[in-house]
Amino acid sequence: MAEPKIKELMWEPIFNRNPVTLGVLGICSALAVTGKMQTAFVMTICVTVVLACSSFAISLIRNQIPSSVRIGAQITIIATMVIVVAQVLEAYLFDISKQLSVYVGLIITNCIVMGRAEAFAMKNGPAASILDGIGHGLGYGMVLLVVAFFRELFGSGTLFGFEVLQPVTQGGWYVSNGLMVLPPSAFFLITFLIWAIRTWKPDQVEKD
Amino acid sequence: MARDSVGKTFVVAIVLAAFCSLLVSGAAIGLRSKQEANKVRDRKKNILVVAGLHDAQTPVEEAFQQVEVRIVDIDSGEFVAGDRFDPETFDQRAAAKDPELSVTIPAAKDLAGIGRREKYSLVYLVKKDGELDQVILPIDGKGLWSTLYGFLALGDDLNTVRGITWYEHAETPGLGGEIDNPLWKAQWDGKKLYDPQGNYKFQIVKGQAAQSGPEADYQIDGLSGATLTANGVANLVQYWLGEDGFKKMLERLKTEGV
Repeated sequence: MAEPKIKELMWEPIFNRNPVTLGVLGICSALAVTGKMQTAFVMTICVTVVLACSSFAISLIRNQIPSSVRIGAQITIIATMVIVVAQVLEAYLFDISKQLSVYVGLIITNCIVMGRAEAFAMKNGPAASILDGIGHGLGYGMVLLVVAFFRELFGSGTLFGFEVLQPVTQGGWYVSNGLMVLPPSAFFLITFLIWAIRTWKPDQVEKD
Repeated sequence: MARDSVGKTFVVAIVLAAFCSLLVSGAAIGLRSKQEANKVRDRKKNILVVAGLHDAQTPVEEAFQQVEVRIVDIDSGEFVAGDRFDPETFDQRAAAKDPELSVTIPAAKDLAGIGRREKYSLVYLVKKDGELDQVILPIDGKGLWSTLYGFLALGDDLNTVRGITWYEHAETPGLGGEIDNPLWKAQWDGKKLYDPQGNYKFQIVKGQAAQSGPEADYQIDGLSGATLTANGVANLVQYWLGEDGFKKMLERLKTEGV
């Protein structure tokens, strides 16, 4: 009984119930940190850690939290986790924390984190909540990485900082796509991704 | 107590808040020394980079031994004696905001768009065989979206640029962020800032800079798609190298030596 549940909790949010492409949540940070694969990757890890920890902590005390202050209690826990993650990054991964700058702090306002706390962790046990958090973190990360792949490749001609298409600014031949380095390009890419996933899995299409 | 009673609500809220603030302050205090060390090392690394003294093998602290840190009184151009401020701990960013240690820049003169300017600034001297080889000046000012912080290295004639670098800015990656492009920064190398009469002459031009002729020494190309950031860079360099900035110190060093 436990086996299929783990798989379901971790796997479902990646394609079947992806928070970004199905729920259209977390779009703001998906625009901001997807200019480079490296930042997108670190952001994925940060959001996954924060999601797992906050869902776990909220689930542990879910029976103690009075319903009138539950949103406040959730946001306090989430904010604490985010600040701790930001502090650790600044101490141990200084260069990356410089690149992510304010966006780590903005994980607090990522609707996915709060959404999972309210929708799942308040009703389920700690173990299931951790898995649900990790699953949704990875689902969000999948979108970030796909978007960042295209944005970095066509915007800067590199992947994870390694040159793939040598741009003219470095003496090469590739005229980089200026739109791709700007955040709005992520709108287009996410839209294409939603289109692709909903074509593959037509049951995600909203009925009007 | 029932879960939704007023008393319980208060108790849970207070206990949770206290516990979370403990965690946050614990992390902040526990990691502070490491974070500060990172910032200092990052700044030193940038100074070494702009001076062309950085290589990946030598640890930053060791390479930084070659650099002499001084504090200059910007108004008089004189170095401040070591007992007034300690160059190791002098916080220039804080000084720029401190009413005691900074002056308001009149709007008409405020090319860099920074509002206030510190009275005292750190400068970095690199000596070779006892002679002054490079002077590295901290510079800052507004780009398009953000304040740019960087260093400008001048050669021993106190006029020729040896390098420029930015250690903090938030311009758009790929557009204004191209001020970090090594090829663009390399253009600065060897350019002159003042004409022989001592007037500031350096320009960032739109399109192609003059490749030869009398102007070629004083111009570099702008950045396509980033006119406003490039304007900001040109203005802030002009400000810091002007009468209000380091010009007095540079003239003094020229006539008196270090």
